[in-house]
Amino acid sequence: MNPLLTVDDLHVSFPTRTGKVDAVRGVSFTLGRERLGIVGESGSGKSQTGRAIMGLTPPHAQISAKTLNFDGIDLMAASAKQKRSLRGNRIAMILQDPKYSLNPVMSIGRQIVETLRTHEKISKSDARDRAIAMLEAVQIRDAGRVFDLHPHEVSGGMGQRAMIAMMLVAGPEMLIADEPTSALDVTVQLEVLSVLDKLVAERGMGLIFISHDLRLVSSFCDRVIVMYAGKIVEELAAGDLANAKHPYTQGLLNCMPTIGSDRHPLPVLDRKPEWAL
Amino acid sequence: MTSAISVENLVVTYDDFLALNDVSISVEAGESYGLVGESGSGKSTLLRAIAGLAPVSDGQIVIGGKTLPRRKRDKAFYRQVQMVFQDPYGSLHPRQTIDRLLQEPLAIHGVPDAENRIVRALDEVGLGPSFRFRYAHQLSGGQRQRIAIARALIVEPSVLLLDEPTSALDASVQAEVLNLLEQIRRDRKLTFIMVSHDLGVVTHMCQRLAVMKNGRVVERLTAPDLVAGRISEAYTQNLMVASKGFVRKEAVSG
Ligand SMILES: Nc1ncnc2c1ncn2[C@@H]1O[C@H](COP(=O)(O)OP(=O)(O)OP(=O)(O)O)[C@@H](O)[C@H]1O
Ligand SMILES: Nc1ncnc2c1ncn2[C@@H]1O[C@H](COP(=O)(O)OP(=O)(O)OP(=O)(O)O)[C@@H](O)[C@H]1O
Ligand SMILES: [Mg+2]
Ligand SMILES: [Mg+2]
Repeated sequence: MNPLLTVDDLHVSFPTRTGKVDAVRGVSFTLGRERLGIVGESGSGKSQTGRAIMGLTPPHAQISAKTLNFDGIDLMAASAKQKRSLRGNRIAMILQDPKYSLNPVMSIGRQIVETLRTHEKISKSDARDRAIAMLEAVQIRDAGRVFDLHPHEVSGGMGQRAMIAMMLVAGPEMLIADEPTSALDVTVQLEVLSVLDKLVAERGMGLIFISHDLRLVSSFCDRVIVMYAGKIVEELAAGDLANAKHPYTQGLLNCMPTIGSDRHPLPVLDRKPEWAL
Repeated sequence: MTSAISVENLVVTYDDFLALNDVSISVEAGESYGLVGESGSGKSTLLRAIAGLAPVSDGQIVIGGKTLPRRKRDKAFYRQVQMVFQDPYGSLHPRQTIDRLLQEPLAIHGVPDAENRIVRALDEVGLGPSFRFRYAHQLSGGQRQRIAIARALIVEPSVLLLDEPTSALDASVQAEVLNLLEQIRRDRKLTFIMVSHDLGVVTHMCQRLAVMKNGRVVERLTAPDLVAGRISEAYTQNLMVASKGFVRKEAVSG
């Protein structure tokens, strides 16, 4: 079976006042109807990889790839209009800063309703019911109240879940979720993950799950890609994290504070310049 | 020992929604105090209320023996008490350079020696001098979070309110930031209140913590109690179980 997404030799760089920043340096992977995790160092290019796939790279950046293909569509050659239509319908991304990706002057509920109504012929009151049901599905208490709140009036975790609800009403075939649960307490986090899990298992959605939470990724995803300084340094079956070979990945496992361990200060990585070559 | 921060029967309402319902905590000088709890339970609201950024309708906040006025605080307060916000996107102006962002609090509080302080602050959070003249919107999520921490530390406050300060960081950078925070707290005798949903982080950083749910504190316990499972609330127990990771429920065939 052909993969849903093929990324081959993706590069993204930014000209800045102090020189060129190479954010993504030759990233290649494929995605099927599965859960693919991306972990990696802060600043290693995870979000920029996701944005490039979505066609959301800032205009002044330089982007190149040998292949960037979604279900037979060449994303590098696609027109802006084509990409916009893909984004609205078949592929979606939950951005890392959900509260600032939502429209600040429109209530959360209205934003979900409008998304829903661009996808389906549905009456206003049915759309409202569906939106509230979706907010409840992502474990928002008191969904009726939250429906009428504006983004600045909800908590960090509520904003993340509102964004997830909005992406889910659109029913995408591929979802890129950039740190979608980083602001959620662990019990809610697991509930939201099972919502995403169902979409993969039942609707065959392809999911790219970007996270810095190694424990979570290894228990939730099928495969994990590890990024460092703009490159993929390792790919692992999720259950196989303990056998990681790259010293960055090995180091990561060691420097997490865990309940019951008492290590002050925490061990830190001794980053070698050759890791970033 | 005197408490550095004492929150007594605090109530915060938005229209008729009770965001904080009779909340009390007391934090000793030099202590690091943890807040955990459900999303939407009022953790950020509590920190914002202490910082003078939430509509308090009842109760009081005492810092260093002084009862704070509900809304307006004096300039010394804004230097003494610094907050690192949950979303670094919102708290850092995207069109300002990092240099400007770090310069600004120093200028407001008339702190001398800006040049050296800025260089040191960037270095402390693991960002080299090449980041100094970038704009906030040119940084990754975790890089912004570290700038927000640098900005709070640069004016040498005595109280630091930390709202999920490492939630956007990978474990390697998180370890460095947590070590930095611990060292600074020890060296400068800072008092912390720290929100985190990661129980590993909270028990590592804090001696005592409060568990919040629905605008209330439902349980107060010490970190060793939590670690040893001496827990009385079912909700806290659930948090402990959920911390172990995702468990896929086997699909029921049929
Ligand atoms: N507009 C820009 N101009 C210059 N550099 C940029 C710009 N946007 C991002 N970068 C840089 O590109 C690199 C990769 O950024 P990216 O956001 O992909 O990191 P990330 O892996 O998602 O990190 P995090 O886990 O901290 O969110 C970072 O070093 C960042 O500073
Ligand atoms: N300006 C506001 N207007 C209306 N309601 C608000 C406002 N600010 C906060 N709230 C409500 O107060 C409640 C508590 O929010 P708060 O941000 O304190 O939660 P939290 O515990 O920090 O959650 P999270 O872990 O998700 O960040 C939420 O239900 C939120 O909707
Ligand atoms: Mg990112
Ligand atoms: Mg919060």
